[in-house]
Amino acid sequence: MTTSTERLDDITAPGRGGRADSAFRSLALVAGLSVLAILALIAVTTTQQGWRAFTVLGGRYWFGATWNPQAGRFGILPLVYGTFLVATIAVVAAVPVSLGIALFSTEVCPRRLRTVTVTVIDVLAAVPSVVFGLWGFRVLAPRIRGVYAAIHGALGSVPGLGRLFGTSSGRSFMTAGLVVGLMITPIVTAVTREVFATVPRNDKEGALALGATRWEMIRGVVFPHSTGGISGAVMLGLGRALGETIAVVLLVGANPRFGANLFGTGETMPAQIARQLNEAGPLFRSALVGLGVVLFIVTIAVNSSARALVTFIDRRTRGAT
Amino acid sequence: MTATAAPARPAGPARSDDVRISTMSRRRRVRDRLASVLMVVAFGVAVVPLGFVIVNVAQQGLKVMSPGLLTRTIPPDTSSNDLSNDTIAKYGGTASTTETTAALGIGPAIVGTALTTLGASALAIPLGILGAIYLHEYGRRRRLARFVRFMTDVMVGVPSVVMGVFVYAIWVVPRGVGGRSALAASFALGCLMLPIVVRSTEEMLRLVPDTLREASAALGIRTWRTTVTVVLPAAAPGIVSGSMLAVARAAGETAPVLFTIGAAYRYNWGLSGGNTSLSLFIYNQASLTGATSLRLAWAAALTLITIVVVVTLIARTISTRATTLH
Repeated sequence: MTTSTERLDDITAPGRGGRADSAFRSLALVAGLSVLAILALIAVTTTQQGWRAFTVLGGRYWFGATWNPQAGRFGILPLVYGTFLVATIAVVAAVPVSLGIALFSTEVCPRRLRTVTVTVIDVLAAVPSVVFGLWGFRVLAPRIRGVYAAIHGALGSVPGLGRLFGTSSGRSFMTAGLVVGLMITPIVTAVTREVFATVPRNDKEGALALGATRWEMIRGVVFPHSTGGISGAVMLGLGRALGETIAVVLLVGANPRFGANLFGTGETMPAQIARQLNEAGPLFRSALVGLGVVLFIVTIAVNSSARALVTFIDRRTRGAT
Repeated sequence: MTATAAPARPAGPARSDDVRISTMSRRRRVRDRLASVLMVVAFGVAVVPLGFVIVNVAQQGLKVMSPGLLTRTIPPDTSSNDLSNDTIAKYGGTASTTETTAALGIGPAIVGTALTTLGASALAIPLGILGAIYLHEYGRRRRLARFVRFMTDVMVGVPSVVMGVFVYAIWVVPRGVGGRSALAASFALGCLMLPIVVRSTEEMLRLVPDTLREASAALGIRTWRTTVTVVLPAAAPGIVSGSMLAVARAAGETAPVLFTIGAAYRYNWGLSGGNTSLSLFIYNQASLTGATSLRLAWAAALTLITIVVVVTLIARTISTRATTLH
């Protein structure tokens, strides 16, 4: 591959028409660099706008435990807590389901149905966030209250554990988390499916030939080979879940708080931005843009490590073949 | 495929069933079955809610759906349950119609969605294709190209709300209220689309066999002409499908539009001035109380979901055809 590019470069270097070639090359280079430029610009402008909150509020911003804009309290911790809680619920709900679907479509499902399952998951990925929000808000939340009430009735009096399952109005960390989990299922499924597809066929057939059942083959060959890739997929899903906005706005309940009650209302960083940015005064606006900066940094960190994991695994499996 | 076939059974004098029973413990067989059942259940866990979403949206949306609804302007006060006859007359219905749906419309939102996604596509698709050309035709495995590729992947994961905040900070805040427009929303959606287009295009360029490039180079054709006349046409179906997927994604996004597009009840065909989009409209109506706004929200959701799913499915068909060709 590299030798062929070098040869192409040699041919195009001297002679007439080289100018058009180098112009096109620079054009392409500029386009490629635009990605870096936009990312840099995002970092710079949002930090600039958030700077006021960072400097005026200082530690009260980063470590404050109360987010109450009306009272001038802009502590981001309850929002960070809510964001991670919703994302964790989403990941916990989505990962087993995604693994199951990926295994189903790569190992179990008959060939003919394989495209159908992939298409169905594609359609799931295509449904806009706001439609999930509308559906969750108007259809799911009123109905899931009964389920929450039943769980509260069964477990609410258990010491310790009962605090997780309190009373609910339908809108809650749990509702938002479950819907976001549904929304990140396609991406986690797609990545794990790709990872499973890289498992060498010889290994799988070897296990089967030794008399392993399909499940034993999956546990003994597919999973060990895919641990890194699966963790990458989980991280990617987590990144998506952390940034999910509109569905969460409609489902979580606009109540920034710490609280163990998973069935209670809460608030996340992206949801707070979406709800308030249009109407906010200067300091409040700065605090909200600052939340955007936090979100940007967190998701970049999560996604970089996810990508690093996936490419690391890529390289390892490519080296093996 | 042999990998999915049942484990090979040793040949023996007894019937194969008997061999199986004697060689494999009941526990192992039950576990194997249970695992398969759980995988099907997992698929069901994802599909059943999806089915409910689609059925509910279709049911609720079809109640109010009509050609008139798609073209009429948005009634300004949708939170009241019954629009007065005056309002009905003003917004296209006849005063004698008692049916409130006669005055309801989502036309401007459809136009807004079309405008913003077109604007975003005009910005992101050419830039994205050029960026992918840099990555695959020029940069390849150089350190800079690898870095750009990595950052593009990272940018795919940047939440859409951050794109909205970014354009809000860089474009809307300096310009005040007037900065909110379809153009600003296009910037935000374009930022969202760009990395998706770059990565999907690069994947497609990768599928073009190097022998084509070498053949063209052997004829003395410059790299840029090879790229434009040989490589891009060969990869065209895949690039089109990747771009369509990006368009579908942008059309459904609300968060980047929320702070950047402003508001509108009437048609606004221009890139400047306040506008609205289907996704934003659904969000706004869903947050209001009242039967009318809810009806409009479902109707807009049905419209949006139809557009997005149709575009996605077309893109999928193109891409499966393209990849089977290679």
